[in-house]
Amino acid sequence: MSSEPAVRAEGLVKTFGDVRALDGVDLTVEVGQVVALLGPNGAGKTTVVRILATLLKATEGTATVAGFDVRTQANSVRRSIGLTGQYAAVDEYLTGRENLRMFGDLYHLTPAYVKERSAELLEGFELTYAADRPVRTYSGGMRRRLDLASSLIAKPSILFLDEPTTGLDPRSRLGLWEVMKELVREGTTVLLTTQYLEEADQLANDVVVIDHGRVIAHGTSEQLKDQIGGDRLEIVVADSAQIDEAKKALSTVFSGEAIVEDDKISAPVTGGSTVLVDAVRALDASGIPVADIALRRPTLDDVFLSLTGHAAEEEKADPNAPVSGRRRGGRR
Amino acid sequence: MSAPVQMARPIWGWTVHDGLVVARRNIIQSFRIPEALFFSLVQPVIFVLLFAYVFGGAIPIPGAEGGAAPDANAYRNYLMPGIFGQTVAFAAAASTVGLAEDMQKGLIDRFRALPMSPPAVLLGRTLADALRQILVLTVLSITGFIVGWRISDGIPNAILAYLLLLLFAYTVAWIGAWIGLSVPNTETANTAGLIWLFPLTFLSNAFVPITALPSWLQAFAAFNPISSLVLATRELFGNPTGFQPDYWPLQNPILYTVISCVVLIAIFAPLAVRKYRSSAGK
Ligand SMILES: Nc1ncnc2c1ncn2[C@@H]1O[C@H](COP(=O)(O)OP(=O)(O)OP(=O)(O)O)[C@@H](O)[C@H]1O
Ligand SMILES: [Mg+2]
Repeated sequence: MSSEPAVRAEGLVKTFGDVRALDGVDLTVEVGQVVALLGPNGAGKTTVVRILATLLKATEGTATVAGFDVRTQANSVRRSIGLTGQYAAVDEYLTGRENLRMFGDLYHLTPAYVKERSAELLEGFELTYAADRPVRTYSGGMRRRLDLASSLIAKPSILFLDEPTTGLDPRSRLGLWEVMKELVREGTTVLLTTQYLEEADQLANDVVVIDHGRVIAHGTSEQLKDQIGGDRLEIVVADSAQIDEAKKALSTVFSGEAIVEDDKISAPVTGGSTVLVDAVRALDASGIPVADIALRRPTLDDVFLSLTGHAAEEEKADPNAPVSGRRRGGRR
Repeated sequence: MSAPVQMARPIWGWTVHDGLVVARRNIIQSFRIPEALFFSLVQPVIFVLLFAYVFGGAIPIPGAEGGAAPDANAYRNYLMPGIFGQTVAFAAAASTVGLAEDMQKGLIDRFRALPMSPPAVLLGRTLADALRQILVLTVLSITGFIVGWRISDGIPNAILAYLLLLLFAYTVAWIGAWIGLSVPNTETANTAGLIWLFPLTFLSNAFVPITALPSWLQAFAAFNPISSLVLATRELFGNPTGFQPDYWPLQNPILYTVISCVVLIAIFAPLAVRKYRSSAGK
């Protein structure tokens, strides 16, 4: 791409006392792209976003957003971005419409424009019916939608979304994904953080996996899944005596080495959900009754297990942890 | 829909514009919690009634009545400016708690990520907290009037007294704002916002004459701007002032109050803005 990337960060380091929250993060988001920053609790996702949104100064490293230096041209950066933090930050006592008006006024937009844009956003986020109620009376999902709407009031070209769907029910999550896809279609550049591989999968062109303040993998979500072995088929046979027979019957369905354990077979597969049908047919043809059959998609846990050798769970940020006890996943 | 349309820069500049936007938000906010507004009005009213009817006759005002027997009405007239002064001083706590809440809820982060003028959030907060005192002072004045307090030195002076009280409210709001941005959470803000106000208001002439304090405290009380504020309003309302020890602030109470306010704002506004710019949020 010839133009300047929307976001470019090089060697970001951030220390809080003796906690090294970021330990040299490089990140590039091209204009019009969606990049997901994927990582467990404490990985440093919020810290990256806060530095890029000019809320925090990096201890080391440089970053530009929309071509402006976050350190020296903070106000120009702020004019180009919209930020939705990890926790909904809207005024509880104002109504939804009053919140949008306040943020619009603070972006120095004309009252007429703010009025029109607010109405449009409220409509788009299905909040019109509650627009004139204090936000205190909103559900978590409604607040999150208003939060996102607030960061869109000035139509920023770059959007930072910190865990936009954490804590939402599946329906609200799908709704938000639709909204985000629409924004991207309109040309908005998005950097979002998430703990869900599926979310990254759905929305992002590029996924950056971080852990302990370091980028440990980087690629499209397909590449990441392939890197950890893709989907796995898991079959539990009704009679464990038939386990070897079952393994033989399924050999054409599996795309790799099968692991057998008591009455359970687990093996990598490719081809999505059609393999389920193939597997059931193959077992049926051999007359092997099945207790359970499932296609398991890789989860963030799997990615983490494979990339870091530890589970994606909350950990105490240990300044020594990034160096010791970490196994780098085989990169392609 | 069309591209965003930017406003023309108003003649008073963006900082004032943004400050007014935030002030409007804070004022709307206080009317959305009628309970909080109600109690913020009830508290000083209870004070008036308590002092007027419980302690009323018990506290003599040296110099007020030329040695005559304590007169309940004289004390009420002496007392009201004290309660005005105490009430506006305690307005600082609202700024502390309000900003700590905004910080905890992530609103400060959101404001800081907007292309707005950094002092504007604090300007709006302090302005709204001072303006809210207009309502409080109105309710207090009516209560005072009912218990026998009178304005007896003309309306222009009375207006000057009210303006002085509002200036002081605005000043302490900046101190409160600085504290609010310095504490780690709202629970701490609730105590930290109040704790310094008790010694400050009680070590003054708000409720008892300075001469009634132990001598080593008299100098502190004399230079306490609450004393000069209360004394100035007593003079401007034409209420009894009691005998004044020979300290410069008490000989020039209006001037000393205005100077104190200017100096305090000049110290605490930059401190608060610096805290705001660097606040870690969350
Ligand atoms: N203000 C702070 N003071 C001290 N340590 C901090 C501060 N902010 C973050 N940290 C530490 O930095 C590390 C990274 O935190 P960060 O909030 O960026 O993680 P995250 O990936 O966003 O996690 P989560 O998924 O829980 O939101 C953590 O170890 C955290 O404890
Ligand atoms: Mg986070």
